[in-house]
Amino acid sequence: MASEDINRVVGEIGLRHGRERWRLMDIVRDVQERLGAVGPEAVDAIAGWLGIARVEVEGVVGFYSFLSSGQRGRVVIRLCDDVIDRMAGYDAVRAAFEGALGVKVGETTPDGEFTLERTACIGMCDQAPAALVNDVVVTNLSSDKARVIVRMLRDQKDPSKLVHRFGDGNNSHPLVRSMVENNLRKAGPIVFSGQTRGEAIRKALAISPAEVIRAIKTSRLRGRGGAGFPTGMKWEFARAAAGDRKFVICNADEGEPGTFKDRVLLTELPDRVFAGLTIAAYAVGAAEGIVYLRAEYAYLRRFLEQVLEKRRADGLLGRSVCGKPGFDFDIRIQMGAGAYICGEETALINSCEGLRGEPRNRPPFPAQRGYLGCPTVVNNVETLACVTRILEAGPATFCERGTHQSSGTKLLSISGDCTLPGVYEVDMGITLREVLELCGGEDAAAVQVGGPSREMVGPAEFHRTIDYDDLATGGAVLVFGPDRNIVEIVSAFMEFFVHESCGFCTPCRVGTVLLKEKLDRVIAGRGEPKDLEDMLELAETIKQTSRCGLGQASPNPVLMTLRSFRPVYDALVKPDPHGYRRGFDLQASLREAERVAGRGSQQHQEGVP
Amino acid sequence: MSKPRIATCSLAGCFGCHMSVLDIDERLLELVDVVEFDKSPITDIKKFDGRCRIGLIEGGCANEENVAVLRAFRRHCDILVSLGDCATMGGIPALRNLVPIDECFREAYIDGPSTHNPAKIIPRDVELPLLLDKVRPAHEIVRIDYLLPGCPPSADAIWAAVTALLSDKPIDLPYQLIKYD
Ligand SMILES: Cc1cc2nc3c(=O)[nH]c(=O)nc-3n(C[C@H](O)[C@H](O)[C@H](O)COP(=O)(O)O)c2cc1C
Ligand code: SF4
Ligand code: SF4
Repeated sequence: MASEDINRVVGEIGLRHGRERWRLMDIVRDVQERLGAVGPEAVDAIAGWLGIARVEVEGVVGFYSFLSSGQRGRVVIRLCDDVIDRMAGYDAVRAAFEGALGVKVGETTPDGEFTLERTACIGMCDQAPAALVNDVVVTNLSSDKARVIVRMLRDQKDPSKLVHRFGDGNNSHPLVRSMVENNLRKAGPIVFSGQTRGEAIRKALAISPAEVIRAIKTSRLRGRGGAGFPTGMKWEFARAAAGDRKFVICNADEGEPGTFKDRVLLTELPDRVFAGLTIAAYAVGAAEGIVYLRAEYAYLRRFLEQVLEKRRADGLLGRSVCGKPGFDFDIRIQMGAGAYICGEETALINSCEGLRGEPRNRPPFPAQRGYLGCPTVVNNVETLACVTRILEAGPATFCERGTHQSSGTKLLSISGDCTLPGVYEVDMGITLREVLELCGGEDAAAVQVGGPSREMVGPAEFHRTIDYDDLATGGAVLVFGPDRNIVEIVSAFMEFFVHESCGFCTPCRVGTVLLKEKLDRVIAGRGEPKDLEDMLELAETIKQTSRCGLGQASPNPVLMTLRSFRPVYDALVKPDPHGYRRGFDLQASLREAERVAGRGSQQHQEGVP
Repeated sequence: MSKPRIATCSLAGCFGCHMSVLDIDERLLELVDVVEFDKSPITDIKKFDGRCRIGLIEGGCANEENVAVLRAFRRHCDILVSLGDCATMGGIPALRNLVPIDECFREAYIDGPSTHNPAKIIPRDVELPLLLDKVRPAHEIVRIDYLLPGCPPSADAIWAAVTALLSDKPIDLPYQLIKYD
């Protein structure tokens, strides 16, 4: 495309988003979508439009995996490459796509039509293998379906035509039109009940913000995003923080592999999530709200925009919400661009400001100084849905459920080797064994609770409970049957962290790579007992010296399984009788030199005195 | 009772660490009173004569011969000490790890600014050991018992380490001996 055209496109997109620097993400995303790349000329044009340095634009383009400086195909096929998808046949699907397209993963077809990529979990583990074709989600893939998809895309050019049969519930809504299924297996009494739109907000607005916070505190609600911070306390900090301008943000980045319950909430109960955000805004004194929606869920965007539009029309958003003078509040949707780390709240805030999604130092905490330097509350989608129920039915109804430390219910996203994968609303404090009975996963040899960041649990510990005192989780429950190879799973989890580390600090950026290398040597049968000790030590260093939750959790796959599945590792390692490092492969490391020299090694390796 | 034996070698190093060994100056005389030098560039003994108490390793492994020598040291020595930053981390030689081997050769033998090689021949004699794909620190090739940092470690540090090892005392290096900024 000629540079005038690029300038024109950027100009149009710029006009739509304005000249404020923090709109950079939106501009770059739209440019990527229109031009298939954010190349050097587009970077110049964007930098010129916003009056910022080129490098700031390049930094953002380079950071997010859905953005690229090199030209991508008109259709980008992103294969979800996580452990569950691999178990469900990812390799065959990948091979079929590669065969049908004539390119490998990471490449673009010569005609510029297709790019084939792999991506981290897209939140469809209960219908794996899955992929994104531009914004369109395709699920339950197989090798023949992959070939059909390519043929149809060649004939019809339009990814939305791939969807013939819609999923249940709002997945068939005219603005969603997706084949995604909710697989809601168990609706509980908190999140999935009570449907009177507006009731919670009206009840909240009838009392003072301080009373709203008190109600949340009485319910003992804790964050459902994983960290479990008491929601009432967070709101109180933000309310008390100095400043006239405050923000509330709904964290819909849902990136922890194996988690997909927020997707179902956004599909079926967006009104209850937005109501929760509105109540949060009233409680802390915010007039502006943001929903940070992960790029993988872009197919829900137009639907969610319409829900917001309806709420505005019905007086549930906008000036004087529900006729409450002085309470003005509106919500905008901020799209992500494919980065797990952006689920971390300070990285998320940076991303909303149009920066690279690198976490910030804390303190200051977002409640003190967050988005644009203003006090900001970030809450998970499910947390906000709980808020709505608490205001609607009263805190007592909420804490009737669960345990004292962990009140209420929890949504679980269950996938893997079980007969009924999907979303379950269960009481906090439920044992893992009960969970497995619910989903038909009684045969499990291991269960990863909380995704790669948390813990792998074996049968001897299935009596443990899902709550903040024991197995804390954002909701992911990955079930592994007796035939699965634990260490291979651990390696795949490590691969995830290696890829998703934002790279800011060395222990996480380098340490995860070293840890994975050591692990892979052990898996390949080239490990010594000392390697296991080294891995523990390295893991501890990474944990203690990384800056944010990602790095601190990144060694967990290794650390947790070395603790609870130690015999698996012990069986793989053995000492070397001479004290040689078994991890060093002389043959392999000479291969390149032999090729260059055009001859084999002449040395008698053992013969040298 | 026979004196304990010490062996030393320089693998992918610059001999700077060996110079530092010699830098213990007149203490060298003390040393030869209590130990016997086995295979070492200092004695020019090429083959191990017997079991050694200590092996001092200078340099990492850049080629197959380094690997063979280092493995022989592991077999013949009770304790191996990685001496200096090349042995402990790969050091300067490891800078080539970012460059493919054929590019290294081209730069070294053909394109280098001080190279005169009109026939553009890259030596490939069978006598020449093949390069490893990457220069590796010694402990990635064999088990190493102690690492002594520095480029080179000071003579005092080496002396302190070796005398402690010979007398079966814990190595206690004062901060001043391993501080390099
Ligand atoms: C690496 C990383 C990823 C995270 N991803 C998410 C996420 O996808 N969704 C989420 O709600 N919280 C995520 N969190 C937790 C958030 O930082 C934050 O604690 C949470 O959004 C607060 O909301 P809550 O108190 O309602 O749970 C993540 C944290 C880390 C360290
Ligand atoms: S721990 Fe990892 S993800 Fe977090 S800031 Fe450091 S490099 Fe980035
Ligand atoms: S550590 Fe320094 S002195 Fe020792 S061999 Fe390497 S470069 Fe030479």
